[in-house]
Amino acid sequence: MTLRALTRPLIALAILVAASPALAQVTADRLRRASEEPQNWLTYSGGYASQRHSLLRQVDAANVKNLELKWVLPNQVFGAWQATPLVVDGVMYVTQRPNDVLAVDAKTGRVFWQYRYTVSPDARVCCGANNRGLAILGSTLFMGTLDGHLVAIDAAGGRPLWNIAVGNPALGYSITMAPLAVKDKILVGVGGGEYGIRGFVAAYDAASGKELWRTYTVPAPGEKGSETWTGDTWKTGGGSVWLTPSYDAALNQTYWGIGNPGPDWNAELRPGDNLYTDSVIALDADTGALKWHFQFTPNDTYDYDSVQVAVLADISLRGVPTKTMMWANRNGFFYVLNRETGAFLSGTPFVKVNWASGLDAKGRPIATPQPAGQPTWPGNQGGTNWYSPSFSPRTGLFYLSAWEGYASIFRKDPATYVPGRNFAGGGHTVVTPVPGAPGVRIGRYSPINDWTDVVGHGAVIAIDPNTMQRKWTFSQYDVTDSGILTTATDLLFTGGREGYFYALDAKSGDVLWKASLGGQIVNGPMTYSVDGKQYVAVISGNSLYTFALRD
Amino acid sequence: MGKTCLVVAALVTISGAGVIGQADHGSQYTQAEIAAGYRLYTTQCVQCHGGNGDGISGVDLRRGVFRRATSDEDLGRVISNGVPGAGMPPFKLEPAELTGVIAFIRAGFDQTASVRVGDPARGRTLYEGRGACASCHRVGGRGALTAPDLSGIGLVRTVAALQRSLVEPATAMVPANRPLRIVTKSGETVDGRRLNEDTYTVQLLDARGRLRSLAKADIRTLTYASASPMPSYSSRLTSDEISDLVGFLTSLREP
Repeated sequence: MTLRALTRPLIALAILVAASPALAQVTADRLRRASEEPQNWLTYSGGYASQRHSLLRQVDAANVKNLELKWVLPNQVFGAWQATPLVVDGVMYVTQRPNDVLAVDAKTGRVFWQYRYTVSPDARVCCGANNRGLAILGSTLFMGTLDGHLVAIDAAGGRPLWNIAVGNPALGYSITMAPLAVKDKILVGVGGGEYGIRGFVAAYDAASGKELWRTYTVPAPGEKGSETWTGDTWKTGGGSVWLTPSYDAALNQTYWGIGNPGPDWNAELRPGDNLYTDSVIALDADTGALKWHFQFTPNDTYDYDSVQVAVLADISLRGVPTKTMMWANRNGFFYVLNRETGAFLSGTPFVKVNWASGLDAKGRPIATPQPAGQPTWPGNQGGTNWYSPSFSPRTGLFYLSAWEGYASIFRKDPATYVPGRNFAGGGHTVVTPVPGAPGVRIGRYSPINDWTDVVGHGAVIAIDPNTMQRKWTFSQYDVTDSGILTTATDLLFTGGREGYFYALDAKSGDVLWKASLGGQIVNGPMTYSVDGKQYVAVISGNSLYTFALRD
Repeated sequence: MGKTCLVVAALVTISGAGVIGQADHGSQYTQAEIAAGYRLYTTQCVQCHGGNGDGISGVDLRRGVFRRATSDEDLGRVISNGVPGAGMPPFKLEPAELTGVIAFIRAGFDQTASVRVGDPARGRTLYEGRGACASCHRVGGRGALTAPDLSGIGLVRTVAALQRSLVEPATAMVPANRPLRIVTKSGETVDGRRLNEDTYTVQLLDARGRLRSLAKADIRTLTYASASPMPSYSSRLTSDEISDLVGFLTSLREP
């Protein structure tokens, strides 16, 4: 190698360093005002209120037909790719299975760096090697791992800064959610609801990784809520946390959806309401202290995790300005709560429900368990699930992906806790018209739809939180696990297992544009802008597709 | 004949015809092992692999389609060591538990033990002769395509489902295979068998053997047959003959 060849890269590097400004800092204040910089997507849900509503206006109903593919990021990822990317000042950060991080030029799709975390062989997860994304604070990215660690990664260099153990993977603790940065802390929760864990959320110092507080989702004897458990059942009570919380900075409260109790399907083994499983809990962001809770499904026997994103909005509710939290729950009910107090304001089924006949004045379900062997609506995967909903302050409508006409037959079995082993206490079968016929699965694994709409179908539905009525329904033949994005031009972007990527009219549900991407869409579409151009990104199958208006 | 013998007969057929995932178990699995495996499967495996064993892409446990295993020893190794990169944890099972879950997988998830699997050679004679099955079905490139091709049916149906299809075809037809009749907006009538479908399109094999994909926007009426056009064989064949036919069908294992 000649001297000339040796020095050339050094010169190039020197020019690069001189030309590029230092990486902008994503301060806590920027995160708090994330909606004011719609060119970026700074948290998993696009901002602390988790509305997934962007103020970008370049793409609208008139020109959406001119969207064209700008770039594709293909991956060697097998199985559902559930991540929502972040975009910070022209750089996209996205995770892929099992725990890789990619920094990508958001304009071209070219990769700056790739960080690959090696997952411990002790890791065990119920439902695939999923990771849903990252948090950013300052110039550091934060990722939870399948083996229960939290890793800080330099956003410029792609190298790890610190790595700490949050939960023990050998006992079934894992992290699949995108963490949330609040002030100087990184907040994260643990999955493992099928392994008899005792769930918790915890806060870590962003600079050092030091744990600052930890709040268990299942109280120990003597603590408030412990009266809802019997004997030692709290020790294996579940209450997993696998979706990013929302945050109200004025109230300084974080809002967490809590997963199913353990064992999943045999409620007789854990008498009581089993707080705070299948609940939303409001925690003080500084201390982790419990401010209030609301339980959606007491003593759950259907695996109705309340692992949904809490959508926060200040709206006029029947004429009264109200700080609301809107929640479409896996149990089939849509709820509006007062997020200052946790008070129940209203609730109504959004799909067929027969496990409860309704809600009482405090929002508690009036249980109507079905006889053994009979179908329960909604089925095990729920009326909806973790798929991110959206709220548009412009239309005043709440949008979600729902599974309609879908039922399961639940079965109770004995269960003995063995550390690190599945702790299910039963199972479920999708109701099909013919014994043994293919039923809807947890994901789409084939281009052939071999189970048909006879066992259920997907829909995007729009609900008015004032009337609690459906405003419109957009039905799909297959079910959908897609998140939803709305924009200030009243567009609604979503997908589904069939691989169509849609722009709907958020006011009417009419299809304005669609692209057939082929692979299942199981993440939330997001939007950003670079150099004045608005992009819309969505993951379909094994690839991330980015669209913008034709040049 | 006792129940155990019936299961053994089924397993002999399955392992004997094991094109994929050949069974290497030295002695036959017992019904008790299969039942124990079922219990373990429904608590430890069903979350990812699903009730039909096909929850993971490229893996179909019930049909013996694996990514990383051929022999029973391979299966045991995958279960015990897990597949770290793919998210499968290691399962520290007792030897009897491991044997059970392998037995359950090898039995095609079929615990019923009431299905008799007869002689495949006699079954083939019935298939080609009195059964007249080839007038609608195709095997190995021979026969009609009016009804599903059966060349790999032993991989996609349990023996119980095969028997049900012969005895009560009206209730055994899976919705995905429904015959359909389409009248297009231009007035064409298309009869065929459904292959695939989504919100906007339907794919079928029409009565003339052409692969067609139609946009639902161009369709005036789309009607699915509510019952299978296949006749029941319960009065046409003796129960021994039905067993032989099941034996032949489950031996059809072209991937």
